[in-house]
Amino acid sequence: MIERDQVLHVARLGRLKLSEEEVERMALELSSVLDHIEKIGELQLDGVEPTSHVLPLENVLRDDVPRASLPRDRALAEAPEPAGGGFGVPSPGGEG
Amino acid sequence: MPEPVADRPYEPVIGLEIHVQLATRTKMFCGCALSFGEEPNTRTCPVCLGHPGVLPTVNAQAVHFALMIGLALGCEIAPRSLFHRKNYFYPDLPKGYQISQYDVPLARNGALGDVRIHRVHLEEDAAKLVHAGASGRIHGAAGSVVDFNRGGTPLVEIVTEPDLRSAAEASEWLRLLRATLRRMGVSDVNMEEGSLRCDANVSIRPAGEATLGTKAELKNMNSFRFLQRGIDAEIARQEQVVRGGGTVTQETLHFDPVTGDISSLRSKEEAHDYRYFPEPDLVPLAPTEAMLSRADDALPELPAARAERLERDLELAPETARLLAFRGELGDFFEAAVAAANGGGDGAVAGPRALASWVTVELVPRLGDTEPTESPVTPEALAKLAGMVSAKAVSQSAAKQVLDVMAIDGGDPEALIVERGLGMAAADELGAIVDGAIEQNAAAVEQIRSGNEKAIGAIVGAVMRETKGRADGGEVQRMIRQRLTVDG
Repeated sequence: MIERDQVLHVARLGRLKLSEEEVERMALELSSVLDHIEKIGELQLDGVEPTSHVLPLENVLRDDVPRASLPRDRALAEAPEPAGGGFGVPSPGGEG
Repeated sequence: MPEPVADRPYEPVIGLEIHVQLATRTKMFCGCALSFGEEPNTRTCPVCLGHPGVLPTVNAQAVHFALMIGLALGCEIAPRSLFHRKNYFYPDLPKGYQISQYDVPLARNGALGDVRIHRVHLEEDAAKLVHAGASGRIHGAAGSVVDFNRGGTPLVEIVTEPDLRSAAEASEWLRLLRATLRRMGVSDVNMEEGSLRCDANVSIRPAGEATLGTKAELKNMNSFRFLQRGIDAEIARQEQVVRGGGTVTQETLHFDPVTGDISSLRSKEEAHDYRYFPEPDLVPLAPTEAMLSRADDALPELPAARAERLERDLELAPETARLLAFRGELGDFFEAAVAAANGGGDGAVAGPRALASWVTVELVPRLGDTEPTESPVTPEALAKLAGMVSAKAVSQSAAKQVLDVMAIDGGDPEALIVERGLGMAAADELGAIVDGAIEQNAAAVEQIRSGNEKAIGAIVGAVMRETKGRADGGEVQRMIRQRLTVDG
């Protein structure tokens, strides 16, 4: 069973603000997801390599050749607060 | 009774984490050219800006450089390694995660010198965050401003085992690593500009104990001097904590080189939980035989091996061999001079030890900040000058005057010696000067005759002044003794 504190911890890492009702619902839903994974964990998989990818590909590489970058005004076009040629953001320290 | 804690000596235990910006042309996962001080946000694209739906592609040259580093550090290269997402929120990371390597890094278990290498992996650099408070308020900005030019630059992270035992050792070892990477041409390795960045994990334990103490991580010391001072300050701080009866807590610290203060960067409750998982958009890296042999073939002779060879084969003193090997361009100049001396045909040639001394003792101070390749003095000209000294065609001190001229204007040493009349004084000319000096230094002659050998210095000095250094000191002494013995 997922505890309330664990839900709040994960929500904080994901910068999510949950209502009291959502915290309770998430605890239940996440618990059932983990139960399902536990069920899968019962499979006998000794000697089976963990799967990181389903594609049968390796070494998909790109030559080190420069391509045109975006003009700055296009790069900044979607920025909510463009400033001084850059993307204005709240100061990570908190105040700003 | 156990020994009082306050009297027991402590032993520092240090490991380093080094980030190396690779000298590729483009970023790690997109085709944007790397930035060298361009206007902010002029080297970006949807991939490195983290727009939705874009796909990263791995830069083959970054993999090549990383393999070279792994091989140079004697690591085992993973037959198959993975990229992972390291999740955290910070404005310099547009995707909300950094693509890095986690449980299966590209290379591990190596060594450089006496220090074991824990792992070597590939990742991408973060963008640059300009804090409004740092350089005054940025016009129109409420908080900070992000420049994504650096975001996505290929990085290799090198993590050592905790094998270093003092700040001086750490700094010395980092110099070896820097010289090695520089020789390989995989990075600019400029600490001030951030293409080589070093964090240090520092802990202390009672001397002789095997268990490691709790470590603190010192972040981003951007010069060898700061690295050494930062580690020393942290060792002192931990000793003070422990001797005061306290315990060291695991934390990330910032060393202020101006004040010497150490402050905590992140508090414990914010301890990161990165939720690594395999990057679904990047398939595994499985270096082929061809990739490995290409990386191996690209490795030049590395500084540690070169120092050993210079010491063994050319019989240079260990410090001289290290100096020439660690400053690769200087080593190249020296070896070109040795080759020129050996190919110079008959006549006396300067040996490697003499040439090493000409390069490290005489040429280096005359170069200042110039690299030897940009100096007007060619290896061939220096070898010729040194050869003339060995052949006693010019005195040591006159040759130094010639080198003064060559260091500014270049030129052929033989021509300069003739032009300036700096050739060794001929025997009859020198004989006359020696006779004159003996005549004018009667007091010294008297002292020598009464057994004070040292008084010969006054007469040798007079001869050297008269010849303006165009005589060999040993030869002059021999001539003076001969004359005084004959006379007596």
